[in-house]
Amino acid sequence: MNNTINFSKSTSFNLPKRGQSEFRFQIIGIGAILLSLAFLIWLIITVIFGSMGAFKHVEIAIQVDLTSKNVNADDVNSTSFGSIMKSGLREQFPDVKKRKDKKKLYKLISVESSLELKEKVLDNKDLLGQKVKIWVSASDDVSLYVRGKIDASLPEDQRKITDKEISWINNLGANGQIRTKVNWGFFKNGDSREPEIAGILAALVGSTLSLLVCFILSFPIGVSAAIFLEQFAPRNRLSDIIEVNINNLAAVPSIVFGLLGLSIFLGYFDLPRSSPLVGGMVLSLMTLPTIIIASRASLQAVPPSIKEAALALGATPVQAVFHHVFPVALPGMMTGTIVGMARALGDTAPLLMIGMVAFIVDIPKSILEPATALPVQVFLWADSPERAFNEKTSAAIIVLLIFLIVMNLSAVLLRRKLEQRF
Amino acid sequence: MADSKLNLIKPVRAAWIDRCIIIGLGTTAGVAILVTIGIVLSLLTETISFLERVPLQSFLFGLEWSPQTAIRSDQVAAEGSFGAIPLINGTLLISAIAMVVATPLGLASAVYLSEYASKGIRDWIKPTLEILAGIPTVVYGFFAALTVAPFIRMTGGQFGLEVASESALAAGIVMGMMIVPLISSLSDDVINAVPQSLRDASLGLGATQSETIKKIILPAALPGIAGSLLLATSRAIGETMIVVMAAGLAANLSLNPLDAVTTITAQIVALLTGDQEFDSAKTLSAFALGLLLFLITLVLNITAQWIVRTYREQYD
Repeated sequence: MNNTINFSKSTSFNLPKRGQSEFRFQIIGIGAILLSLAFLIWLIITVIFGSMGAFKHVEIAIQVDLTSKNVNADDVNSTSFGSIMKSGLREQFPDVKKRKDKKKLYKLISVESSLELKEKVLDNKDLLGQKVKIWVSASDDVSLYVRGKIDASLPEDQRKITDKEISWINNLGANGQIRTKVNWGFFKNGDSREPEIAGILAALVGSTLSLLVCFILSFPIGVSAAIFLEQFAPRNRLSDIIEVNINNLAAVPSIVFGLLGLSIFLGYFDLPRSSPLVGGMVLSLMTLPTIIIASRASLQAVPPSIKEAALALGATPVQAVFHHVFPVALPGMMTGTIVGMARALGDTAPLLMIGMVAFIVDIPKSILEPATALPVQVFLWADSPERAFNEKTSAAIIVLLIFLIVMNLSAVLLRRKLEQRF
Repeated sequence: MADSKLNLIKPVRAAWIDRCIIIGLGTTAGVAILVTIGIVLSLLTETISFLERVPLQSFLFGLEWSPQTAIRSDQVAAEGSFGAIPLINGTLLISAIAMVVATPLGLASAVYLSEYASKGIRDWIKPTLEILAGIPTVVYGFFAALTVAPFIRMTGGQFGLEVASESALAAGIVMGMMIVPLISSLSDDVINAVPQSLRDASLGLGATQSETIKKIILPAALPGIAGSLLLATSRAIGETMIVVMAAGLAANLSLNPLDAVTTITAQIVALLTGDQEFDSAKTLSAFALGLLLFLITLVLNITAQWIVRTYREQYD
């Protein structure tokens, strides 16, 4: 008989020791949670601090000569605004003589600044025929220096801005010709090769269009598939297969959906590459399993008595489901859909596969035009060598996270407001 | 009462309408199957035409990966340079690092939250941890490449270690942190499903709470935990953006976490985002890698589901 109590060492009654081990065990648990939270905080703080600069915009004022000598008032478009700006800069710094130095001087202002000047002139024809002070964007390096992001105490060959340029900038600053304002352009412009001009709007529109396509496709299909599986499907092999299949689809890596989109939507159906239409279709394949699973859970939560009451009063099964079960389950389904779409919003890999990674400046006007998406924009900027894009990446991440928070918050609120408890 | 008369007729008419509606609903459920078929077919056809150019064994067992398209048409299709072993090695290395980071953190926090934490703390900490799972992976990639990798490089440098700027360690650690909430919330569900009577019995016999957890609860929850770990591994293997941005493209056959390695997903992205001609072995190899990835994750998922189903302890 082995039923005696084993008093051997392994089950000792050494209480202090066991107490210590209990304490250690709890400390490990708390430590794990704190470590994860610390990582989260590290990540968020890095992104927030990194993004600060992107919301500031540095401008330089230049005296430009818009008299008839330079501009033909009848044909503004043919004017070379670039050379007007350059001569404005030369006038301000008359002692800059060497070609190389002049080139450096011109680089104080953004490459895109001639376009800015042109737009200002087209907006306000009164400027023509005058010598006026015009504010234009500074180049990315000047902007970094003015905002204190470049350490001037480093040796000259280790920073991106030379002593000469610094003296020019200081000169401009002393004359009140440099100002910093809120970078509204970041929310109004599309992508650009120049960090000081690049904005997030095109990506934001691209993401929104893709999500719209995704919603239009996946919500009706997902919900009706869930209704079928939960309410009408006969318990047979086929419905078992569908069920296993959906569970597995939910765990397929997102990049595989991208490959499917590339070879079928682009290769076989020949849909427009890089378009929000294809992006949305690929994302809807990904969100479909999530929506089906969430919708089924929501349908299961509806008490059977509701359906039975409807059936007892003479409703057909379809009427009972659509008139009585479905409305009760709808908030849960919507919540599941929003959560699934929030995942889709952040997903990048499948969009890279279908070419939404192209450099696109224009803001897409329809779902058939080439576009990019928010997470892809983050990826593109993170890959850019210019230091100023680093800030842009963090800022784009902030915009992406805010978009996500808004979606998730609306899901939570929807559930709170509409959910019925039985 | 004209209305009630109408209602008497309705069921007769509704019969075929109902049938149509049900058939319509059934069709949408079939879409899910269609998607799977689409995945398998699209991957398979491209893979087959890839295997016509590169033999299967040199793809699966080749030790060198340098995808090049043949320059001359009579050239043998880039002999031996489509070996997937370095990619599989890199994928497994990074996933292993991620799991080494995520398993203890995920399990310990799940145990603490479900067994020790008060309801108030639990209601706060759990959603906060879940934020980690909700952050887009491209954000983690950015963070891994620009913050964690230089940090590891600097720390390694102080100990005299040579750390590659795109080390497997940086990608693995960040991926691990991303997976923590997945393991934690799945394990939490499993631990909560262990009946209270087991806890009470163990505590009643004089075991401390940690002894109860180690000797009673965790063994009872083991199949579910194993399942959740497998699902997490499958997630790590299929993860793309973190490795694309932080692990780079150097196909080194190395098990050193400080070296740069590349993964299946990172290579697929590299192969398909540049200029591509559709019929070259280089482009097609991306689909072969995709199929490989699909199969690996599928096997892991099915195994996870099978373990949970088969070894689940049946209580009451």
